[in-house]
Amino acid sequence: MKHLLSIDDLSTDQILQLFETAADMHDVQGREVKKLPALRGRTVVNMFYEDSTRTRSSFEIAGKWLSADVINVSAKGSSASKGESLRDTVLTVCAMGVDGLVIRHPASGAALQVSEWVDAAVVNAGDGMHEHPTQALLDAYTLQRHLGSLEGRHVAIIGDLTHSRVFRSNVQCLTRLGARVTVVAPPTLMPSGIGAWSATAGFETSYDVDEVLRGAGVHGVVDAVMMLRVQRERMSGAFFPSAREYTVGYGLTRDRLALLGPYVPICHPGPMNRGLEIAADAADAAQSVVLEQVSSGLAIRMAVLYHLLAGEPEGGVA
Amino acid sequence: MSLVIKGASLLGEEPADLFVDDSGTFVDSAPSGAETIDADGLVALPGLVDLHTHLREPGREDAETIRTGSQAAALGGYTAVLAMANTSPVTDTAEAATRVWELGREAGLVHVQPVGAVTRGLAGEELAELGLMHRSRAGVTVFSDDGKCVHDARVMRRALEYVKAFGGVVSQHSQDPSLAGPSACCHEGELSGRLGLPGWPGIAEEVIVARDVMLARHTGSRVHVAHVSTAGSVEVLRWAKGLGIDVTAEVTPHHLLLTTDLLTGYDPTYKVNPPLRPQEDVEALRAALADGTIDAVATDHAPHARHDKEHAFVDAAFGMVGLETALGVVRTALPDLTWADVARVMSVTPARIARLEEQGRPLAPGNPAHVVLVDPDSSVTVDRDASASLSRNNPWHGRSLTSRVVHTVYAGRLTVRDGALA
Repeated sequence: MKHLLSIDDLSTDQILQLFETAADMHDVQGREVKKLPALRGRTVVNMFYEDSTRTRSSFEIAGKWLSADVINVSAKGSSASKGESLRDTVLTVCAMGVDGLVIRHPASGAALQVSEWVDAAVVNAGDGMHEHPTQALLDAYTLQRHLGSLEGRHVAIIGDLTHSRVFRSNVQCLTRLGARVTVVAPPTLMPSGIGAWSATAGFETSYDVDEVLRGAGVHGVVDAVMMLRVQRERMSGAFFPSAREYTVGYGLTRDRLALLGPYVPICHPGPMNRGLEIAADAADAAQSVVLEQVSSGLAIRMAVLYHLLAGEPEGGVA
Repeated sequence: MSLVIKGASLLGEEPADLFVDDSGTFVDSAPSGAETIDADGLVALPGLVDLHTHLREPGREDAETIRTGSQAAALGGYTAVLAMANTSPVTDTAEAATRVWELGREAGLVHVQPVGAVTRGLAGEELAELGLMHRSRAGVTVFSDDGKCVHDARVMRRALEYVKAFGGVVSQHSQDPSLAGPSACCHEGELSGRLGLPGWPGIAEEVIVARDVMLARHTGSRVHVAHVSTAGSVEVLRWAKGLGIDVTAEVTPHHLLLTTDLLTGYDPTYKVNPPLRPQEDVEALRAALADGTIDAVATDHAPHARHDKEHAFVDAAFGMVGLETALGVVRTALPDLTWADVARVMSVTPARIARLEEQGRPLAPGNPAHVVLVDPDSSVTVDRDASASLSRNNPWHGRSLTSRVVHTVYAGRLTVRDGALA
């Protein structure tokens, strides 16, 4: 594994191996002294072209707990508007002797393009609407801790699919691990061509949240629910009429929470729009794993940085 | 300089000799002291005419100049190109049009015919000085806001009506901006859904083509559809022509051979507007070119400086170079097209659409000697660095194309000899 750009780059075995490493890293988080020497002398640059608190700090802490030197480069605004090409920008940063480049960019495909220009290991921390592989890994890892193997489990992903890199990475990751996936959204928030895509990739689509959560959809009873963030600005693009109508149609409301079994985990990548796509009752329910996702995220990102920058593990890491 | 072109197969038919006198006109016998070009085994076509070229001068001389673009055109077998108006400043006045025309004459390799903007500054609001551009020495007859669609129906209607007075034509970049905005960069379909790229649906083109043919019918004017890219647009064109509406259309070489799946690796070389489409559209475009529903091939040669392509895909510039490869691509995409058909879609009809009286004429005594000599069976591997264009955004790099241009003669003068600038 030279880079982590897309879930598509990972075999099932590689995913499971990352989970094993992440479990070890998770144990480290419980220690009083959290630092491991694994990446001492390595330099990791977090290059974020988009605002992000949780993902950027998660990568920063992950790198620091592995003893890497972590530098945050805020590269707000597209380089196109500044007259410098993306290639020039990343080559400049990498010329400082960078081992790992964690990049978030508002344009789909940016991480892949960057990986073709630089020698450093590139981690995609979210590229436009395309992918967010560490998010998918941490989601699956979290669910696996609750459900055991995901083989045959049914996960419902609900929300704005069109604009969601979380959806695109998750649908690949979950199906690769053997889960059955149903994605739910209004037709305007389904990516174009999803009919053909779902047929070849083997997941289901639905416009009816209640049917799916009741277990009356193609895949039957739901074992986990993953809510996606919906941006209020989408209304201006005529994707849906109003926040209220969205909540009634597609939100995880108190009533819908009652359709789920008490141990069905509820995920959300954050930040949550409470009252829009997720009611407070659901966000704060005992079965909500939203905060656990954050600690899993650290473990997964430590595992990813470890595998990319420290080479293969030699007899355990913790 | 007078010429004898010996043994060329005229439009792929019987070999014959062509004679050119020192005024650059075909004559019926060998002028004394003429240079002889051995054209045995080569096919002679009237010099190619490109309805749609971006020469970038004035404004972006780092990407292309009128001289380097003319060189690329000559190497591609062209003797006339229409230079699009989206330069900086925009070609929206008689003075700007005349300047482009003069620079073309100074380069002297092809006829450079400026296209005038339809609207001032390409803003889509007020008409540019269409009549003054037409009356200028440049004699502008083709008007286009290419790069932008004249999306306001009222403005389009007025432009179509106005240019009727002098036989002008509006060449429309058909893209409804509310259905395909400035960030739209990938054919909307399964691939754009998977890649998370903003979709550019075929319907955004088709609704404008449909509207414009109705406007042309209503006004009794002539409209030209630039770079048709979808099967749906072809259906509309076929219907409109069936009704006798005065509409013509062009297709680019790249839309005849390249498909949207090339975007999988997010390589901005393949970013073009309109976007590459699926195979079904490519097939429909080929059939439409062969049956005459689409009238012409036009390159949409769009050179870009390297740094304007080295951005993330959605931020990178639209367009690809194409002057030097157009003939080879057309022959590769449509191997069954006769040479007479190739001449029709790449020379005769484009010259007629642009009202270029001197171009696209039969290779016969009395006509200006614009001719290209092609090696029909050759195969060439494209090398983007072996190009006269200043830009390298070449989607054909490494591909093998047929029908190499061997010699080009512009107004009786060799501009290309043995595949190199003369």
